[in-house]
Amino acid sequence: MTVRVQAEDFDVGAELAALTRGNPRIGGLACFVGLVRDLHPGAADAAAVQALTLEHYPGMTERQIGAIAAEAKARWPLESVLVIHRHGRLEPGDRIVLVACASAHRDAAFAACQFLMDWLKTRAPFWKREETVEGGRWVEARAEDEAAARKW
Amino acid sequence: MKLLYFAWLRTKVGLSEETVEPPPGVTDVAGLIDWLKGRGPGYADALANLAVVKVAVNQEYVPFEHPVRPGDEVALFPPVTGG
Repeated sequence: MTVRVQAEDFDVGAELAALTRGNPRIGGLACFVGLVRDLHPGAADAAAVQALTLEHYPGMTERQIGAIAAEAKARWPLESVLVIHRHGRLEPGDRIVLVACASAHRDAAFAACQFLMDWLKTRAPFWKREETVEGGRWVEARAEDEAAARKW
Repeated sequence: MKLLYFAWLRTKVGLSEETVEPPPGVTDVAGLIDWLKGRGPGYADALANLAVVKVAVNQEYVPFEHPVRPGDEVALFPPVTGG
């Protein structure tokens, strides 16, 4: 189980290769990559998101993600779990988060990935601030994300 | 007691962290928040709507009834938007 919170970008292929290397019990590897998007496509230029700055709570972030990754391992028969979450200033198209779960079969890998993402959206202490031509604004939590997390 | 503020709570309070010694009557998170609100308009504004304030004591999420003690690390922040 690996949890990293970092400013630097990550190489998805290299990370997935490292996660499965030397483990012939793995038959399924599911992963999710979150990217920065312009949250208001088609809106006037002033509302377009030029960049996103992610703030986090050093210490608590790693500890909480580690705890939820351990819970995922307890709920599903996983061979390995990887969570990488970036912080700092990111631009549209940049990778923000990588979650990967490896298991003997695909069902557990898919489910654990989705569980971890739903949890990260609602419980991992990160906050997004959008930059637009008009200035900055904090992204508000979404009720849909909360509902998605509750179903687990 | 160490206090930490994140995101717009930090902006409104005007500090990212501080060390405080609340009066002995402050024994839980709710009491701490009430006391903080009296420390200035920035605190009062940041803590005006507790429906959008989350609390962690020693890096664990807690409800407002959770006790606080000298030496605790108490973080106040808005609902998270990671992922």
